Amino acid sequence: MAVDGAVLAPVQPRSRSKGGGLWRYILIRLLLIIPTVFILVTTVFFLMRITGDPITAALGGRLPPEQLAQRIHEAGYDRPLIVQYLEYLGNVFRGDFGTTVTDRRPVTEILLQYGSATLELSIYALIVALVISIPLGLIAAYRRDRWQDASLRVMAILAYATPIFFAGLLLKLIFSVWLDWLPVSGRGSTRTELLMGGIDTPTGIYLLDAIRLGNGAAIADVLQHAILPAVALGLLTAGVFLRLIRTNVIGTLGQQYVTSGRSRGVSEYRLVTKHAYRPALIPIITVMGMQIAMLLAGAVLTESTFEWKGIGFMLADYLKSRDFVAVQGIVVMIAVVVAVTNFLVDIIAAFIDPRVRY
Amino acid sequence: MSIPDSYDEMPTPQTSVLAATPVRRKRWTERVPVIKELRQSVGLQRGMLITGLVITLLFVVIAVFAPLIAPYTWAQQQTADGHSFGTQQAPNALNLLGTTVSGFDVFSRVIWGAQTALLVIIAAIVCSIFIGIALGLISGYFGGWLDRLLVVVADAIYAFPSLLLAIVMSIVISRGQSTLGGGIMATAIAITVVFVPQYFRVIRSEVVRVRAEPFVDSAKVIGVPTTRILLRHVLRNSTRSLPVIITLNASEALLTLAGLGFLGFGIEATAAAEWGYDLNRAVGDVTSGIWWTSVFPGVAIVLVVLGVTLVGESLNDLADPRLRLRRRAGGRKKIAAATEGAKACDALSDRRESK
Repeated sequence: MAVDGAVLAPVQPRSRSKGGGLWRYILIRLLLIIPTVFILVTTVFFLMRITGDPITAALGGRLPPEQLAQRIHEAGYDRPLIVQYLEYLGNVFRGDFGTTVTDRRPVTEILLQYGSATLELSIYALIVALVISIPLGLIAAYRRDRWQDASLRVMAILAYATPIFFAGLLLKLIFSVWLDWLPVSGRGSTRTELLMGGIDTPTGIYLLDAIRLGNGAAIADVLQHAILPAVALGLLTAGVFLRLIRTNVIGTLGQQYVTSGRSRGVSEYRLVTKHAYRPALIPIITVMGMQIAMLLAGAVLTESTFEWKGIGFMLADYLKSRDFVAVQGIVVMIAVVVAVTNFLVDIIAAFIDPRVRY
Repeated sequence: MSIPDSYDEMPTPQTSVLAATPVRRKRWTERVPVIKELRQSVGLQRGMLITGLVITLLFVVIAVFAPLIAPYTWAQQQTADGHSFGTQQAPNALNLLGTTVSGFDVFSRVIWGAQTALLVIIAAIVCSIFIGIALGLISGYFGGWLDRLLVVVADAIYAFPSLLLAIVMSIVISRGQSTLGGGIMATAIAITVVFVPQYFRVIRSEVVRVRAEPFVDSAKVIGVPTTRILLRHVLRNSTRSLPVIITLNASEALLTLAGLGFLGFGIEATAAAEWGYDLNRAVGDVTSGIWWTSVFPGVAIVLVVLGVTLVGESLNDLADPRLRLRRRAGGRKKIAAATEGAKACDALSDRRESK
């Protein structure tokens, strides 16, 4: 194409603060977290209080009425709702999510103790999801509308349609019970759990702790226990990622620079994995960040299926004992984690792609 | 042809020729959402759509005729003449798919579970459509502070894990207790709250687009009442993406229901049959190798979600001209032609975007 000098815009003087747009974007995005978290905390608080106080819900019928009234008074649940709400907001702001009714533990302590288990599971699941979805997504995009694409898409829908706990139960049935290859549940065998208890300042991430111990048997044991939960949670996520990668890579494969690359003799493999895949990464990363919320919800179900003692397992446990202070604390904490993760993902996307900043 | 000197010399357009081709009124097969797409689909997409429709229809038929199909009720532990089933029995002549840990007939519970699932899905979708459409219309049409507030709230709820929100809602509604009607309604309302933001966002963005159309302005000018503008001029033109969202949400509603049931927050075994709850009770069975209590309700969930999702996916693809496969005029190689057509379309729209 001939360049016509006359139509070129006059050169603009470069603005002095080169990264100003990015910092402004980060700041705005950071400020946007506050209303999101605030709305969720408010909604959850009022919803949970509409039908009564948490102490009656947890212990009603098990304690005599006088004792119940005394505990309600001690906890301050007989004061006006608005006073309780303001106090709760203040507490959450200081990082205090309340004390559980049934076993009287601070929710923060529960989160610290079990959060690492959920984190470990989520990381494994994410690895499984990426390892499965990236190559398959690229194949589906490259062989678009052929049989490979069709079967991969059906597989992705099937992964989505299978409830995570059913997938977990099937995996357990096949690999633990019938084939007897892998352990049924838990994060480690009794021996490993005992070893873990003996460490001072544990990270709570069993694999790291096992590596620090330098105990080969413990490392193998921890990994064996992690395989089934990670695959169950990872498969569901992989289905979503696969479709995402397929759609976006189809978009970039149709671009003219790919055709021009092909005409210059760039190999098909390189065209797909570099030319088409790299630019498709930005929307993929953004949507993957939004999937963190889904991953956490999936973790609740996976942990219950495999008795993986993380946040989700505890949440289900407290739900059963009707301890709504604990439930509220855990739900609010997850809301904060989701909001912060979405923020981080947006920032990463902004760093990769200047077009995102405004 | 020379350019006329004045407008008087311009020929008057003959409108009578237009009458020669009367506007054909579209047949009903071209207007009813799913049937329209079924007609225009081709090849692989048609296969997916038909498979989805068949599974979904089968599910609805089983749900409606559950009392006729199921040999026993969902909470029956013995035959009518008092012969007890026994617990955790393997599939046999009396109990085609075996019995559960509580001695219920698995086959009957799977069949009755379809009814529960259908009721919850319908209740949840009807509620969320009405609330979502009403909010989206008002928010999108009038704008202002209410619009901004609703958008922020909807975004906050949308970003949150839907299962956790449904758990909170079902605590609120039933305090964890559940009866037949109450349990179904509580679960449906819990799912509704999760889905309202989705309908709200879709309807709102459509309304914002339609609001700027000239026909809305002209309706305002000639003094059409606001409610009539909202319902007739704006709403009628804002619902094109609803069928896709409804089908996709139906499958998500079913998964949420099963998730709630699995966590023990759905519907009690004696109140109604619910697949998620049955899977919850089957966790212990799996460890001792009893497979029939978990596999059958699980497969039921997978099949229904698969069917509904296939319908939704196909509708979504068919609604997008770039993804839609096309029939070649009189040709045989349908798919090849379709991919070529789609490629041409891609190239076209790429050029349009780059302009």
